Amino acid sequence: MAVIRDMIAPFELYQPAGVDDAVRLMDQYGDEGWVLAGGLDTFDWFKDRIKRPAAVIDLAAVDEIRGIAEGGDGGLDIGAMTSLTAVAEHADVQSRYPLLAEAAGLVATPQIRNQGTLGGNIVQDTRCWYYRSGWPCYRAGGNICYASTRRAMNREHCIMGADRCVAVNPSDTAPALVALDAEMVVASSSGERTYAAADFFVGPDIDIERMTVLEPGDLLTRIVLPAPREGARWYFEKIRDRKSWDFSLVTVASMLQVQGGVIQDARVVVNSIAPYPVRMGAVEAAIRGREPSEETGQMAGEIAVEGARALRHNDYKIALTRNLVKRSIRDAA
Amino acid sequence: MLDAEIIQSRRGGFTRRKFIKGVIAAGATASAAGYLFRSSGVLAPMLSAQGAVERLVTLNVNGQQRRVDVPKHETLAMTLRYQLGLTGTKLGCDRAECGACTVLLDGVTHYGCSILTHTVRGREVTTIEGLEEDGVLHPVQQAVIDEGGFQCAFCAPGFVMSMVGMLDKNPAPTREEAAVLLSGNLCRCADYDKILNTAMRAAELSRSRA
Repeated sequence: MAVIRDMIAPFELYQPAGVDDAVRLMDQYGDEGWVLAGGLDTFDWFKDRIKRPAAVIDLAAVDEIRGIAEGGDGGLDIGAMTSLTAVAEHADVQSRYPLLAEAAGLVATPQIRNQGTLGGNIVQDTRCWYYRSGWPCYRAGGNICYASTRRAMNREHCIMGADRCVAVNPSDTAPALVALDAEMVVASSSGERTYAAADFFVGPDIDIERMTVLEPGDLLTRIVLPAPREGARWYFEKIRDRKSWDFSLVTVASMLQVQGGVIQDARVVVNSIAPYPVRMGAVEAAIRGREPSEETGQMAGEIAVEGARALRHNDYKIALTRNLVKRSIRDAA
Repeated sequence: MLDAEIIQSRRGGFTRRKFIKGVIAAGATASAAGYLFRSSGVLAPMLSAQGAVERLVTLNVNGQQRRVDVPKHETLAMTLRYQLGLTGTKLGCDRAECGACTVLLDGVTHYGCSILTHTVRGREVTTIEGLEEDGVLHPVQQAVIDEGGFQCAFCAPGFVMSMVGMLDKNPAPTREEAAVLLSGNLCRCADYDKILNTAMRAAELSRSRA
């Protein structure tokens, strides 16, 4: 496959000053338009000339969706264009939502966090290299998955949730936001819609060409965090090959609401093991009413990987998921 | 760019001769002269209302206003190197994976290879050429000399810019904190120990100067 590297194909560039203008431009160009936030996901596609949109809609000037404000009911309202550094270093995020501060602070590198946005981190595309190299796979509109063929290299691919496509969701902040019961606010020309974070991400069984509910013309504008629960304990851990830059192999984000030494309610979310952040409902149900102990963690880890199915090179993810879920319950603080 | 030209371009007006000189200096073709009329101020509000972008932009680079004709798909590192002649900013991977292209935007580190030049309009761009002031090296630059911080030094401009950004954030980092703050830059000579010596020396120097 002849690929011209590092030569971005020309496009028309727009820098709208508001969400309304941006959405209008997105409608005007439809499939031919590309929304640019931080650009860290974008430029690989452009430089490989795999994506060649007619128009790029740069959100750099859309100040109304940048910044962190107090939300209603003691929560926080974060603009989608807020940089990951701003999220990670914000005093209220650090004190009230340490899970999100930690997740945002572990994304890639300082420079990428300075430029990359929370919205972009949430809606980023998968890292499956067959897909990103421009192979005509299911996700790219074709009819084969190159990552699950007999000799495929699939160490980073999924152990659950696969449906033809075995790519995983790579976002660090996504599992944290699901564990926080965040809401995603989406603008389009037909108005504003709100999704629970857990419903925002879609698997290939629902739509194989998308990672989220967003369709052309939809713009993620704000992330709304509800007030933190009383007695909440948190745990976040991202496993990757090297300490900087890397995407996660497995990430766990947990929230345990503990009262009187007993788990009242929980959110246990694991990412990079499926095409979407997996909320472990069975684990959450099983640990309710128990102490956050080694035994409870052990049981939770076993339940978490029930039904997991490894590809040729990624069975380590099953053990990793089991242990991370265990730790996230035993060590939540 | 001569001072007189800079002053003039700051005022927003310039003569035809200077415009053409600028275009030639920027390596663009004479056909770009058409943009002169598009930027005449009559059409500008209409264009900006739609959010459309014109190619001829004024960039604030190292404290100077630089008029330059930038294709819409051009990245900042390309503009700096090949239009403005600021080749201190290196292109290593061109994929936000090595850090050699690190520059400061409003004092904050960014990868120059992975941001459109048009996105940084109105922001202060600082490259390694802009660190020295009146012949006095920036503490980070002095630290590189004192510590012999780099081997082949292709990564050096990127590391130096990251160190400048780091000191702004944390003027007295521990060695471990410095390693984390500089974790967005790679050195293929694996000279990290000396690079961290440099970072610590830079912190010391900038504190003593302050």
